[in-house]
Amino acid sequence: MNKMNKTTKQNMVTYAIVIIAYIIVMLLGVTGHISSLMEGLLVPLCIYVILAVSLNLVVGILGELSLGHAGFMCVGAFAGSFFSMCTKEAMPSGLRFLLALLIGAAVAAVFGILIGIPVLRLRGDYLAIVTLAFGEIIKNLMNVLYIGRDETGFHFSMKDSMALGLSPEGKTIINGPQGITGTPHDASFTIGVVLILLTLFMILNLIHSRDGRAIMAIRDNRIAAESIGINVTKYKLMAFTLSASIAGVAGVLYAHNLSTLTALPKNFGYNMSIMILVFVVLGGIGNIRGSVISAVVLTLLPELLRGLSDYRMLIYAVVLIAMMLFNWSPKAVTFRERYSLKRLLSRKETPDNHAAQ
Amino acid sequence: MSLLSYLINGISLGSVYAIIALGYTMVYGIAKMLNFAHGDVIMVGGYVVFVLASGMGLPPILAVLISMVVCTVLGMVIERVAYKPLRMAASPLAVLITAIGVSYLLQNLALLLFGANTKSFTSVVTIPAIVLAEGQLTISGETIVTIIACIVIMVGLTAFIKKTKAGQAMLAVSEDKGAAQLMGINVNGTIALTFAIGSALAAVAGVLLCSTYPSLTPYTGAMPGIKAFVAAVFGGIGSIPGAMIGGILLGIIEILGKAYISSQMADAIVFAVLIVVLLVKPTGILGKEIQEKV
Repeated sequence: MNKMNKTTKQNMVTYAIVIIAYIIVMLLGVTGHISSLMEGLLVPLCIYVILAVSLNLVVGILGELSLGHAGFMCVGAFAGSFFSMCTKEAMPSGLRFLLALLIGAAVAAVFGILIGIPVLRLRGDYLAIVTLAFGEIIKNLMNVLYIGRDETGFHFSMKDSMALGLSPEGKTIINGPQGITGTPHDASFTIGVVLILLTLFMILNLIHSRDGRAIMAIRDNRIAAESIGINVTKYKLMAFTLSASIAGVAGVLYAHNLSTLTALPKNFGYNMSIMILVFVVLGGIGNIRGSVISAVVLTLLPELLRGLSDYRMLIYAVVLIAMMLFNWSPKAVTFRERYSLKRLLSRKETPDNHAAQ
Repeated sequence: MSLLSYLINGISLGSVYAIIALGYTMVYGIAKMLNFAHGDVIMVGGYVVFVLASGMGLPPILAVLISMVVCTVLGMVIERVAYKPLRMAASPLAVLITAIGVSYLLQNLALLLFGANTKSFTSVVTIPAIVLAEGQLTISGETIVTIIACIVIMVGLTAFIKKTKAGQAMLAVSEDKGAAQLMGINVNGTIALTFAIGSALAAVAGVLLCSTYPSLTPYTGAMPGIKAFVAAVFGGIGSIPGAMIGGILLGIIEILGKAYISSQMADAIVFAVLIVVLLVKPTGILGKEIQEKV
């Protein structure tokens, strides 16, 4: 254990937090201390944690603002759910869900590449607005998409379910604004936690690898990174696609936790992307463990304080602004440095460090 | 005939986008930031007029003027409290995320104050509609007022920037903040002035938008705000005639898309236009290319 370096130790702490939280929840569940309301929150909690961690990869590590995370989640959700609906009878649920997760991740990754190649050439503000636009396009598309299946194969339409021309035995799978109904309920808290751990494992290892350092170099200074031979497009695309595919996995989990999957502004709209951004900002931009904790706290807190639920979004907004001002304003930064606890403490120990400087 | 009336509707909607886009493009040109809250200032302008005109029975013109004052003050307060402290921040993302927070704050404040119900907005325009070609083509009073307002604002703003000292100061600050400061220009004051003008325009746009599409919710401003940004990018960000052209083209594209392709897909079409424009000509129709210096 002594040989374990600092990063590995830090990563282990992050994994341990998740595992301990899981054990505590399970113990509480066994002893019957979890209300049905809280139980219903457990899987969404995992989804938010995964989304927050994956968005932090783009915002914190790559240093670009993506407002289309809900869009990638939506793509993953529909792809995974569609697969599960098609193979509902053909496969055991465990294998089917595993494949659905992989398919959701793959489809979201493809969309990530498609949108990433053109978009990553743009600078920050443009990237934000284009990813936002992408999310809205996906939401719109899902609301006019109709796919059905009968014995002759798949039918596809963008008009209405009548235009599919299904035979009487055929079934509409994706039904426009009604979305997909009857997705098997495969998601569980345990699977969610396993997926969180996998996500953390992938992202933490990426960050501390050679590739991760290249990505952070691009964030800190693109031109300098380029001049020492870092392939900017490649690494940007790598981070963006990985983040998109993880959001897709979260989408699959989301789809398999509800019986009806619809692309509403509430679940896959701009607001969802913003909420994930709030998690990331509150947890600390670039701090993966922070994202995990803030996603959990911000999801549970409004439920625990029921009286505040009306003000929840308002509080989020104020928190977002206050955090940004406090963390990033040059004045606040110097203020914090001057009065930081660490410095005050160290000053006490060495009273003459003023003279030394 | 139907094509012609779609075109007129498109120009009318596009004029609203153009007015909003002017606010975006001016702020972007000077503060180099995407003011996400701009769309929500539109919504605030709409609610102020709604409360004053429908609730308290003030004459519409007075209500619009008060709304402009309220939005101007709001815009300046937002700039002072939320954006100014972050102007020198290390990360350009900081101010963008704060702007999103402000946008969110305004929406949720409106939600608490006025509820989520749609308010039916009474049009402030009293000009009768013009009927042409034996009733086949009707141009509503709102359309006429919107288009005229757009032209007046555009001409006024161009004159303001070309002829006045404050306008020249804006140009100077947008080109080079540091050099402008050395020339004795009050940079902070100029940026505040830009926010004030942009927000006043947002109030006008809000009233025109709500008069044409008479439903008001806390989210009324969000989508037009984003689309107006698309328009600003389309025309070339930072350019006033560009915002105008971009806005009107976008309005026409949206209305024609709604009419001939799919009404549900209209938003998707608008955003697809944005992506295509950014791919083909990232600087927009009238934008200038700025080389990044090391």
